[in-house]
Parts: sequence; C-alpha cells; structure tokens
Amino acid sequence: MIYNFYIFNRHGTCIYEAEWTRPRKAQMSKEEEYKLMYGMLYSIKSFVQRLSPKPSKDGFYYYSTSAYKLHFYESPSGIKFVMNTDPTVGDIREILRQIYSNIYVEFAVKNPLCNLEQWIDSELFRDKLETFVQGLKI
Amino acid sequence: MSRQAPAVRAAEVKKINVELFTLTYGSLVAQLVKDYEETNEINNQLEKMGYNIGIRLVEDFLARSGSAKCQDMKDTADVISKVGFKMFLGITPTISNWSADGNEFSLILDENPLTDFVELPPEHQGLSFSNILCGVLRGALEMVQLKVEARFVKDALKGDDTTELRIKLIQKLQDEVPPGED
Repeated sequence: MIYNFYIFNRHGTCIYEAEWTRPRKAQMSKEEEYKLMYGMLYSIKSFVQRLSPKPSKDGFYYYSTSAYKLHFYESPSGIKFVMNTDPTVGDIREILRQIYSNIYVEFAVKNPLCNLEQWIDSELFRDKLETFVQGLKI
Repeated sequence: MSRQAPAVRAAEVKKINVELFTLTYGSLVAQLVKDYEETNEINNQLEKMGYNIGIRLVEDFLARSGSAKCQDMKDTADVISKVGFKMFLGITPTISNWSADGNEFSLILDENPLTDFVELPPEHQGLSFSNILCGVLRGALEMVQLKVEARFVKDALKGDDTTELRIKLIQKLQDEVPPGED
C-alpha cells in the first residue's frame, strides 16, 4: 500500500507532494515536514557515502520501520523522489525511476509553463501521476 | 502500466525533417540578427537560449538514455558525443585535444546540421552561428553538477578547416546543503 510521495528539486525545495493513505497526520506543518525530510535525506546520503567501504554511485535505496518504508530515488540531475509505503513492499526503485522518466520529464520538464524551481502546478501532471499510482499493484 | 526499457523508448523518438529543423534554427538566428545589432550580443543571446534549453533537455536525455553518473571527464566526453549528440542531432563529434589535467577537451564537429545552408554575411563575420550548442552543453552539464565553459574555437563558417567546440571543466558542484534552522 502506498502512503505518500514527495519530489524535491536540486535546491532541496519540495516541488510536489501527494497523499493517498495517511490516517495519522504528522505533528507539524507541511513546510516543517518538507524541510525535515530534505534535511534527513541529505544527511543519510552524505553519511552513507562517507561510510561506504567502496565508492558508491547511488546513495541509499530505502529505510524501513515497523510502520512504514521510505523509498528513495535520485536522478543524476539531483531530482529526488521519495515514496512511503507499508513495510512489506519490495524494491520499487524502478517505479520511482518511471515516475521520473515517464511522468516528471514528460509532463513537468517538457511543459514550458512549468517553472522547475517551484511547486508543480499542473493538472495534467497530477492526473498522470494519479493514474500511474492507481494502476500499481502494490 | 507500461514497463519499457530505456532503449525501447529511445527507439521511439519521433523524427523531423532535417531541412525543416535547419531552416527553423536559421530563421531564429536571422531574427536575432535583426533584433540585436551587436554581434557579441547575438552570440550571448544564443548562448542564453541554449542554456535554458539545456537545463530541461538534460532531463529528457537522462530519462531516455538511462545513463548513470560518469566517473571522470573522459567518460563525460564520451557520453556527450556518442549518446547526447547522437540522440539529438544525429551526429557523433570526435573527441580530441585533451588538456594535460584532463579537464578540458574539444569536440570536433565534422558535420553540423545547423549550418547546412549558411553563409555568414560580411558584416557579421564574428557571429558564432551555432553558439546555442555551447549554451545547451553548459546548461545540461550544470544540472549534473559540472560547471563548464563551452565555446567555439574554430568554425568552418568562418573559414577554418573544422568546427571545434572547446569544453572546460571549471568546478564540480556539490549537493546543496539544506537551509539551517531559522
């Protein structure tokens, strides 16, 4: 089951968020949540790189708790995709990569009216993402 | 849900007639020549347009090619020439003239689809007709954390024997640090 989803741009700004199943609300404002989320991703990424015994290209893939699993995919251009699901879900990096290449690139980057520094305010993008996520068997 | 491999998607690239493309670019430059009198200013405008194209085009490139991070500039040069130029312009420039520190190289464009019907008028001999490419490269590389300088050092349109685009790595950019607590 998919809980929610964020996109961060290369400056660490949250440019999209979607929620599907989240019965317990976070105890903070959205802005606070995005800021903490990016801060954590940044820290985990840099920690993982420093600790790694071999040079690694990709950073980390996911972390898991008893209540949820956070999946992470970063494009080489630094766009970060984060999806929270229930902990039983397997590896969905490929799905996040598809959201990047088939939805973000096609309907945000190629839309000249979409400012890439700001929140993605496009109905087409939202619809495509919604359809894609509804069609997933997880 | 479609599960297409990147290679499959690349094969689906829609094509346009090369003459239409060349003429479209030509009229864009011609309009700039009308709008700006200074040749340098025209070159700058082309570079700027290229930059704005590059910062978006790189995403399309990454999505379609599925290429991972490059290990060094040699890698980067290879990908630019054999994958990037091939994908968008259908040509594969030759890589040469490496600097000793490996941070600077040239792309030799044996053919350049942008300049098929072009002859520089005498009053615009300083015009860097394909300068948009410099901007595209600068924009695209900046998005993958490489700050570069790109410029034409030789141009067949100006009577040189080849067209040579020089790329110099200025700095590798780092991930942006999250803003501190207010």
